[in-house]
Amino acid sequence: MNWFGIKAIYIHEMERFRRTLFQSLASPIITTSLYFVVFGSAIGSRITEIDGINYGSYIVPGMIMLTILTQSISNASFAFYFPRFTNTIYEILAAPLSSFEIVLGFVGAAASKSLIIGCVIILTANFFVDVRIDHPLLMMFFLILTSITFALFGFIIGMYAEGFEGLQIIPILVITPLVFLGGSFYSINMLPEFWQKISLLNPVLYLISGFRYSFYEVSDVSLFTSTLTILTILIGCIIFITYTFSKGYRIKD
Amino acid sequence: MKNILEINNVTKFYKNSVKALENVDLNIKEGEIFALLGPNGAGKSTLINSICGIVNFNTGTIKINNMDIVKNYRTTRKITGIVPQELNLESFETVWNNVNYSRGLFGKKPDHNYIEKLLKQLSLWDKKDNKIKELSGGMKRRVLIAKALSHQPKLLFLDEPTASVDVELRKDMWDVVKKLNEDGVTIILTTHYIEEAEELSDRVAVINDGKIILVDEKDKLIKKLGEKTIKIELFEPIEKINGNLSKYNFTLDQTNKIISHTYNLNSNTTDITELLNDVKKDGYEIKDINTEQSSLEEIFIKLIKENNNELVRN
Repeated sequence: MNWFGIKAIYIHEMERFRRTLFQSLASPIITTSLYFVVFGSAIGSRITEIDGINYGSYIVPGMIMLTILTQSISNASFAFYFPRFTNTIYEILAAPLSSFEIVLGFVGAAASKSLIIGCVIILTANFFVDVRIDHPLLMMFFLILTSITFALFGFIIGMYAEGFEGLQIIPILVITPLVFLGGSFYSINMLPEFWQKISLLNPVLYLISGFRYSFYEVSDVSLFTSTLTILTILIGCIIFITYTFSKGYRIKD
Repeated sequence: MKNILEINNVTKFYKNSVKALENVDLNIKEGEIFALLGPNGAGKSTLINSICGIVNFNTGTIKINNMDIVKNYRTTRKITGIVPQELNLESFETVWNNVNYSRGLFGKKPDHNYIEKLLKQLSLWDKKDNKIKELSGGMKRRVLIAKALSHQPKLLFLDEPTASVDVELRKDMWDVVKKLNEDGVTIILTTHYIEEAEELSDRVAVINDGKIILVDEKDKLIKKLGEKTIKIELFEPIEKINGNLSKYNFTLDQTNKIISHTYNLNSNTTDITELLNDVKKDGYEIKDINTEQSSLEEIFIKLIKENNNELVRN
């Protein structure tokens, strides 16, 4: 293993995060605060509790998941697309690094950034509502696994994107709607039966549900199904990246 | 001297079926400076990028230090460095971070003393904390060289190292390249500037349309393919060409005082002795004599023209 190479990519990416620390953290903090104002105070005043949990507290795991998903994808996709755009990718390709090591460096850094942001959101949420974490280890397990999985997904977008606009299409048109419709701000039990069944087709529902279980021991689907879903997406991303790298597609013409 | 690089029968197609390299065979000796010449789109950069792992080639083998670059990519890439043609750099990073990042990528542990020495050698030390975007084009080119040398490679590829730099800086770069070679680095450079190849290289290859059409020692090439011109300056102008001089196919300048006679170094006879005797026999006094040899550029243009004509015929 080229550990120095992995470390070089990781530190290089984290350095970018440090340079833009204010923008990186200000955006999720402000967004979270706005969600609490809109959903927590305005709507929450009409929905007092869901599954015995105060509405403001109930939406915290969903909000964290929303941020983790979007940040992991955007961090990883930008991190890999940028050297392609500036052509500095030549150096990574010419270095004695395997595909796995390249992915580890970029995805590790993107997931780390998301984890930091996730922890900042938990702290921010504490200023607005009581946040209880019944299973901290399980919460960390979901947080880390989701960050890595969606950083891998972002990496794929970074490999295939044709331009900066391409980096935004999937997060805006696919991920954000899936998160909003995946029970971030409500329980699917509140929906009519037909929409409950439709919601079960949304993979993000399983992630939010499992994550929420680690906080309050309430969930829309079983913990096993949630874990299986995230692992399936993770393995799918790994297989796709391995295949793409083996063909050299979009990277080595 | 042993070969540090062996390229056997390498072919490369791009996705649009454009053949960029066709059955390329080339050996590079350890310690030499090798110039790869060719017009735009000839395949120079593709060949370099294939050797360095930046693009995949379709068929053939490439060996560095007798190791296959695909099977032993970790070992072979550790001793290879590349300076790309374009100024591809992270604009918002400092020179110091950029160079140390490159060293890390190539699996070397940090060595601040070496990087300091390298930056000083390349006159970049006082710019080490500057962001890349604050540097001039020439300085950026030096940063690229520093990055390529950060992991102490034995084989360095310079893809158009002096493209878009001024004459003074070009000479500086040449000094850097010569110094690196003296320190034991084998250098392969691609260039448009024939004078660059003439100044730096030990051997030269000419590539056209993805094929290597010639490989030879630079001096031999100039000698083998070069034409020479002898210029004989007379005290008095030639009024009319007759007598002994009428059998020669020479040209006269506007003053009718300078005779220019072109001959090939490879021909069995150059007629020079006879010409000088005939000038004397016809009653002209010689004031001065000098010779001019055709440059690598003239040879290069001639070769490419011949090769293109052959391609058209085929």
